[in-house]
Amino acid sequence: MVKSLNDLNSEESGVVSEIRGGQGLVNRLNALGIRTGKKITKISSMLLHGPVTIRIDRARVAIGFGMAAKIFVEVDKRT
Amino acid sequence: MMKILLMGNPNVGKSVIFSRLTGVRVVSSNYPGTTVNYTSGFMKIDERKVEIIDVPGTYTLEPTCEAEKIAAEMLKTGDIVINVVDATNLERNLYLTLQLMEMKIPMIVALNLWDDTRHRGIEINLEKLRENLGVPVIPTSGLNGEGIKELVTHIPQAVPPPSQMRSRDERWSLIGSITDQVQQISHRHHRWFERLEDASVKPKTGIFIAAIVLTGSFMAIRFIGEFLINHLLDPLFHSLWLPVLMKLSTLMGKSGLAHDVVVGKLMNGEINFVESFGLLSSGLYVPFAMVLPYIISFYLILGILEDTGYLPRLAVLLDTTMHKIGLHGFAIIPALLGFGCSVPAVMATRVLESRRERFIAATLVCIAIPCASAQAMIFGLVGKYGGQYVALVYGTLLAVWIILGVILNHLLKGFSPELLIEIPPYRVPPWGTIIQKLWGRTRGFLLEAVPIILAAVLVINILFVLGIFDHIASFTAPVITGVLGLPEESVTAVIVGLLRKDAALGMLALSVMTAKQMVIGSVVLTMFFPCIATFVVLLRELGLKDFLKSASIMLVSSVAVGGILNAIL
Repeated sequence: MVKSLNDLNSEESGVVSEIRGGQGLVNRLNALGIRTGKKITKISSMLLHGPVTIRIDRARVAIGFGMAAKIFVEVDKRT
Repeated sequence: MMKILLMGNPNVGKSVIFSRLTGVRVVSSNYPGTTVNYTSGFMKIDERKVEIIDVPGTYTLEPTCEAEKIAAEMLKTGDIVINVVDATNLERNLYLTLQLMEMKIPMIVALNLWDDTRHRGIEINLEKLRENLGVPVIPTSGLNGEGIKELVTHIPQAVPPPSQMRSRDERWSLIGSITDQVQQISHRHHRWFERLEDASVKPKTGIFIAAIVLTGSFMAIRFIGEFLINHLLDPLFHSLWLPVLMKLSTLMGKSGLAHDVVVGKLMNGEINFVESFGLLSSGLYVPFAMVLPYIISFYLILGILEDTGYLPRLAVLLDTTMHKIGLHGFAIIPALLGFGCSVPAVMATRVLESRRERFIAATLVCIAIPCASAQAMIFGLVGKYGGQYVALVYGTLLAVWIILGVILNHLLKGFSPELLIEIPPYRVPPWGTIIQKLWGRTRGFLLEAVPIILAAVLVINILFVLGIFDHIASFTAPVITGVLGLPEESVTAVIVGLLRKDAALGMLALSVMTAKQMVIGSVVLTMFFPCIATFVVLLRELGLKDFLKSASIMLVSSVAVGGILNAIL
């Protein structure tokens, strides 16, 4: 199942399948290691359209709500 | 002279390595973007003096903010690059490494935070990494100095890397194959520690933690500051310095021009360290016994907050709120720095992406955030009338910060870009660094502020004697008395406010009588214009046009807010 990062639940993991944005956005996310094919885990999202925090490799990254809406993730099946 | 650039992702410890190499102490913290300007220092390699430059951190050579732009420009001037790489985040860091290699500048890689890899279950095969990159790779640990000597001995071996230009996707696929070969990660989770790290960015626990951290910090700053004043500096001045000054006063005849400039006016035959306003009385007491204690306590606590890695988490928590004033969460860091001094705060706005954001953030810092000097005086002088008045000053400034931010956000074209930051792991603050950083900032205050305060006291005394203030006072009376309800003479404080906020608030205490006037005076002095040092930095950072805009906002809003306070209190 594919979900946007905003719709992902906390502690849910998945693989980034698509970034629906221009080159600028893709470049900025890439620089922080977020790119198609990477496994990420959502840590939390803040209330009232606040930023989403994810875990990627050994790093944590906070992503604004609007940007997070453009990142789509193939959700891992629960084991 | 040969120029060596230290380059790497933000928050990988470039500044710490820079200090190790050059002996020049620079401010480092545990969050991305501490270095927004380059710092240079010198060291000797094989008896040759070389220049080392600490370049602001950047993830790529395609810049996304002012600090990264500086980094990309600096690259053109370097002879050798030391690429500092975070060993615990190899994959992401290698992206910049590959880009740097494509520039064909002789390069050497410092694999920093090497000591952290072991307990994080990361194993890196150094030989294979060297083979893959074709440049020397030296494991280092900036914090304890491991590998620094080796790094230095390898600098002459830096070679232009074998590399061709690649596209973004080609770089990532190359990185994938490199990390597959050289890195092995065993999953060794510290579950409870990770939970603790995550708790501060979850809504419920996050707000709770922020409330504790901020209240705790505020109380600690007050407690340490008050303690230093009441138990150390004030007693020192009264028991040791006062007798000396009294003798001097008698020698100089207890009155007269020279006496009043040097010792200050006697109040009922006594020296009053705040109100006498002589070079050797108030000129020393204000910076050393009123402001210095708060500088020390504020920067100690800020240093601890910076180095633990908590601040970016606060940025995440406040992001939604900050968007209302046209900024994203990370702009809370310049704001917090502003409680110390507006100069580094204005500089720190360089991590923000757009001109619009930088304008809003810098203007708000200058208007609504009282620096440590101003705060020390507010506590010292307004506090005498009662704690509720201090709260009133702070409450007004907070309201101004929010309301003005909302107005600017609506008036200025554009939108506020979104937050995108790396959250560093928590780190136990390295005490050595904290003390060094505290000393550096305190020293900065002593060197820059004390001479200006003394000069201000001198100039004020001379202008008083010449009667110049009387002319200005009658000229500005309509605004000062009419709108703000302050005594005519307090215009002197406003003028001194152009130089230093602490000296200005000290002046204010001379003419002002009621608590209401003290509150209005403190608010207006904080808001109306930055001190001379901030003025220079603001002009440089914003450019003339935006600076004039910002300055007019300050003038208009300070008179407006002062007038409103005068009407409703």
